[in-house]
Amino acid sequence: MTNRDLPPLIDYGLIPLLNLLAALAVSGVVFAIIGVPPWTALASMAEGAFGSGDGIGYTLYYATNFIFAGLAVALPARAGLFNIGGEGQAMLGGLAVALVCLGLPGWPWWAALPLVVAAALAGGAAWALVPALLQVRRGSHIVITTILFNFLASKLLTWMLVDVIKAPGDPSPETAGFAPSLALPGIEGSPLNLSLLLALVAAFLAWLLINRSVWGYELRAAGQSPEAARYAAIPAGTLAVLAVCLGGACAGLIGVNEAMGVEHRLVLSFTSGAGFVGIAVALMGRNHAFGVVLAALLFGALYQGGSELSFDYPQVTRDIVIVMDGLVILFCGALEQLWRRPVTALWRRR
Amino acid sequence: MSLLDILSVLASTLRLAMPLILAALAGLFSERAGVVALGLEGLMLAGAFAAATVAALTGSPWLALAAAMLVSIGFALFHGYAVIHQRGDQVISGMALNVLIGGLAPLLGLSWFGQGGRTPALPASARFMSVVLPGGDVLGPVWRVLISGHNLLVYATAALLPVLVWLLYGTGFGLRLRAVGENPHAVDAAGLSVARLRYQGLAICGALTGMAGTYLAIAQGAGFTRDMVAGRGYLALAALIFGKWRPLPACGACLLFAFTDALQVRLQGVALPVIGVVPVQFVEALPYLLTLFLLAGFVGTARAPKALGQPFVKSR
Repeated sequence: MTNRDLPPLIDYGLIPLLNLLAALAVSGVVFAIIGVPPWTALASMAEGAFGSGDGIGYTLYYATNFIFAGLAVALPARAGLFNIGGEGQAMLGGLAVALVCLGLPGWPWWAALPLVVAAALAGGAAWALVPALLQVRRGSHIVITTILFNFLASKLLTWMLVDVIKAPGDPSPETAGFAPSLALPGIEGSPLNLSLLLALVAAFLAWLLINRSVWGYELRAAGQSPEAARYAAIPAGTLAVLAVCLGGACAGLIGVNEAMGVEHRLVLSFTSGAGFVGIAVALMGRNHAFGVVLAALLFGALYQGGSELSFDYPQVTRDIVIVMDGLVILFCGALEQLWRRPVTALWRRR
Repeated sequence: MSLLDILSVLASTLRLAMPLILAALAGLFSERAGVVALGLEGLMLAGAFAAATVAALTGSPWLALAAAMLVSIGFALFHGYAVIHQRGDQVISGMALNVLIGGLAPLLGLSWFGQGGRTPALPASARFMSVVLPGGDVLGPVWRVLISGHNLLVYATAALLPVLVWLLYGTGFGLRLRAVGENPHAVDAAGLSVARLRYQGLAICGALTGMAGTYLAIAQGAGFTRDMVAGRGYLALAALIFGKWRPLPACGACLLFAFTDALQVRLQGVALPVIGVVPVQFVEALPYLLTLFLLAGFVGTARAPKALGQPFVKSR
């Protein structure tokens, strides 16, 4: 959505900022309702997220997942498709990571990594392929089909972890631990690991592909005006399928961070809603790869800050971050026009 | 399986289907008016939380029902403000509701009741309990097991169904509502307010999701627990599509989905002839697979209301 009436600085800077501030203001009201002074909460969250090396480690670890999840929404969005299947695509990615890691005992991590990454990409992309094909070939709405695929993925993952690859003798649904040599290098005592680099590389490649390649140009053209794209002989359908699959592949990489980087096994709820945070991240980042990285950082900070806040205030849980997530989706997505109209009017009157 | 077994599976099918049916009908009134009903999940959760909270505070299930309907209507109308007045993306606004309420309800629950996001367990007097209809001895097991013994909301839903069908197909309001989802410009040209009709559709949607939430929280359950809607909103939306946006087929789809759910409890660990033991997750996945096949156009075609998802911009 480009708006020719406004200079880019206002369009890409001021309006997202106003939307974010509106979301934060309503969050402040929620804080006040549950009896936490909003300013104290904000300060405490910032301190928790950036005030210590430990805090920064967690912030960046969460941000890693959110970059992957944000790209999973942003790439298809450029083709005009709304992929809410990040959660399910991440589950399949994690499943693929676990299968490869369990099959390569004794390999050093650097030898296994290319295979693991390829498996995660393939798992996520495969789970995105069917909804994408159904949308392009049969016109089934991708929002509905990706939601259905999220449920199917969760059933598949549960079945695999309960009946098929569960560690024998372990009461909880999770795989056996991977070989220690497979653990991705990271910061000692922190969940932050090499996956962050992987996320940054993915974001950079996404930017290169979307903003600097012919392919990306055609994709954006098709996303903005399918009619015009058809006129220019751009294969819009094929491009859309590819974009959705690339998005799914990015979501699959969440499995690398969680299974190979942190848990060193696959646990049932490893995605923990990151796929849905990706929606807010992509909306806030205006579907731009660098915007996604910044928004993911913000949400990583919110997640970590929220956890710290719950030490000071027992009535605060991770749910406050879900509320803020919802508010950001609302104000940066659905109510995007809220500030745009008055700002445009002001700009014109100048 | 004896007759009684079959009847009890059917009776639990009815019980499990009711919140789905209420939500699918809610979605019907929203989508036939041209507004995507992706927020059903969140609206039901809001209703469930409001019902459980008010029931815990006042002890009255009726006040709880009223509060749930009001809260869900409020959120539905807010969704309306975003998508009708602000012309926001309907899918995004629906997702925002789902995420927002999914976090807000347990947060408020924890802050108000201090029980880990739950509301306090309710006594029978604050809930809609099962009603035993008279005549069970005379009318036989079908009456006793299948028809009698449900809670009031089950009977209320059954009574509401023909009324809602009549409202949509038998009244001028229903005609206008359906028209606004197909061709809002024609409705506008006829001098009617598109926005007003869409808000009305959303208000009905809110009221019905509030009822569905009440059912989950204080009839089927004895209080609010986090994520208690557990995807039923999405399932109801799937049923609505499966029923091709018509009330009775949509209710049929809800019954079918509920039947697989009821059967799934029975089938756990039971070895079937030829296939052996079916993992419970496979049975649980059936409704989603069925809907997928329908959406892919392999089981007939489903045609959505023509103006679904499009903001209305008055033509000049």
